[in-house]
Amino acid sequence: MKKLYGSAAEALDGVLFDGMLIASGGFGLCGIPELLIDGIVEAGVKDLTVASNNAGVDDFGLGKLLATRQVKKMMSSYVGENAEFMRQYLSGELELEFIPQGTLAERMRAGGAGIPGFYTKTGVGTVIAEGKEVKEFDGQEYILERGIFADLSIVKAWKADETGNAIFRKTARNFNPPAAMCGKVCIMEVEEIVPTGSLDPDAIHLPGIYVHRLIRGQHEKRIEQRTVRQKEAV
Amino acid sequence: MPWDRNQMAARAARELQDGMYVNLGIGIPTLVSNHIPEGMTVTLQSENGMLGMGPFPYEGEEDPDLINAGKQTITELPHTAYFDSAQSFGMIRGGKIAMAILGAMEVAENGDLANWMIPGKLVKGMGGAMDLVAGVGRVIVVMDHTNKHGESKVLKECTLPLTGKGVVDLIITNLGVMEVVPGGLKLLELADGVTEEDFRAATEARLV
Repeated sequence: MKKLYGSAAEALDGVLFDGMLIASGGFGLCGIPELLIDGIVEAGVKDLTVASNNAGVDDFGLGKLLATRQVKKMMSSYVGENAEFMRQYLSGELELEFIPQGTLAERMRAGGAGIPGFYTKTGVGTVIAEGKEVKEFDGQEYILERGIFADLSIVKAWKADETGNAIFRKTARNFNPPAAMCGKVCIMEVEEIVPTGSLDPDAIHLPGIYVHRLIRGQHEKRIEQRTVRQKEAV
Repeated sequence: MPWDRNQMAARAARELQDGMYVNLGIGIPTLVSNHIPEGMTVTLQSENGMLGMGPFPYEGEEDPDLINAGKQTITELPHTAYFDSAQSFGMIRGGKIAMAILGAMEVAENGDLANWMIPGKLVKGMGGAMDLVAGVGRVIVVMDHTNKHGESKVLKECTLPLTGKGVVDLIITNLGVMEVVPGGLKLLELADGVTEEDFRAATEARLV
C-alpha cells in the first residue's frame, strides 16, 4: 500500500470532518507539522478539538487555525505566546483544557498503546485533580487520567522511508512520537523521503506502523526565541 | 544588602552535587548553570526532550530543531541525548531527575507551591511545572522574598492556584535560605547584611 502522497491537501483528503479531535506534534514552533496545519486551514473544517502542547503564535503554526476560528477547544499545557488565543479564550469563544505537559504526553502515549486510563501523582491537590478519581497506592495519592484517542494525528519528522519508518532531529522530536501513536489515522510530513532500506533499522525512532500517510515538503522552521552568545576574544 | 539574581543563583548552585541530573526553570533558575563549580559534572535536562543541555549558540549557528523548554536556541554537548516528551516526563515522574530549581509566585510554610496562574489575569498554563514538582527528588524554589508591592511571597497558605501540594524542600530568596520542615520553615541562612529582624518582618510564614 502506498503511503506517500503528493501534497498536504491530497493526504488530508477524506480524513477531515467537523468536530473531530486532532493530536498534533511539536513544542513551541519546533517540530510542528506546518504543512498539514496549512492544509487544514485550506480545507476549512471547523469545531476542531486540538490536543497540542502549545497553540503556535499568531501567524504561524496552530495560531493560523485559531485565526480562522476553526478550533473549538484546545488541550494544551502552555499557551502563553499567542495573543489571539488569549483574546478568544478570555471572551469565551474558545474552550481550553489545561493539561500538565507530562500528563498530556502520557495521555497520548497511553491512547496509542491501548491504555484508556492511568494514575499519576502530577496535579494531586491542585485544580487539575478536580472531578478526577483519586486512588492511594502505597500511602501516596494519585489521580486518574484518560488516554487520548484522536481521530487524526498530524506530526512532523526529519526523514522517513516510503513505509513511514521515521527519524526525528534533536529536540524537534518532542510530542511527535506520542501524538503519532494516538490517532486512528496518522499523517506525517517530513523534510526528506529516503529509499526504503537506507535507514539503519536499529536507529528508527518511530516505526512506520504508526504512519498511514506521508508527505514531503519545504519547511519554514521558524525560530521562536533566537538566543546567542558572543564569540570569546582570541 | 539583599542578594541579587546572580547571588541567588550562585547560592542555589551550592545545592548541586557531582553527577546530578537537574532541571532548571525559566528566569533566575536558568542562571544557576553559570555557577556550576569547576570540576563538577551536572547534566541539565530540558523537558522538551534533551539531557545534556549546552550554552546558547554562536550567532549564525542557531538551529531551529534545537531549543530548550523556554523555546530559546541552545547547543548540544558530547554526552547529549534526545528523546520524546513521553519519555522525558517518564524520567521526571519516575524520580530519575535529582533536583528541580524553579521560580515561584508564592510558597507556603507547608511546602505548597503556586507558580502557574493568576485567575483572570495570567492564564498561560503550567507547562511541565506540575509534573516536575510531583516527580523530581528535591524541589528548590528561587524567588524574590516579596512582590512588587512589598508583600511577602513566603506565606502561611498560598492564595493562588497550586502547582503542587507540599512539594517544596528549600526556598532561596534575596533575603536568605529556608528549609521546609514539620511545623513551618527553618531559617538556614541570611543574605549578607540582612538581619533576622528584617527577614522575619518580610516573612508571613511561621519560622521554627
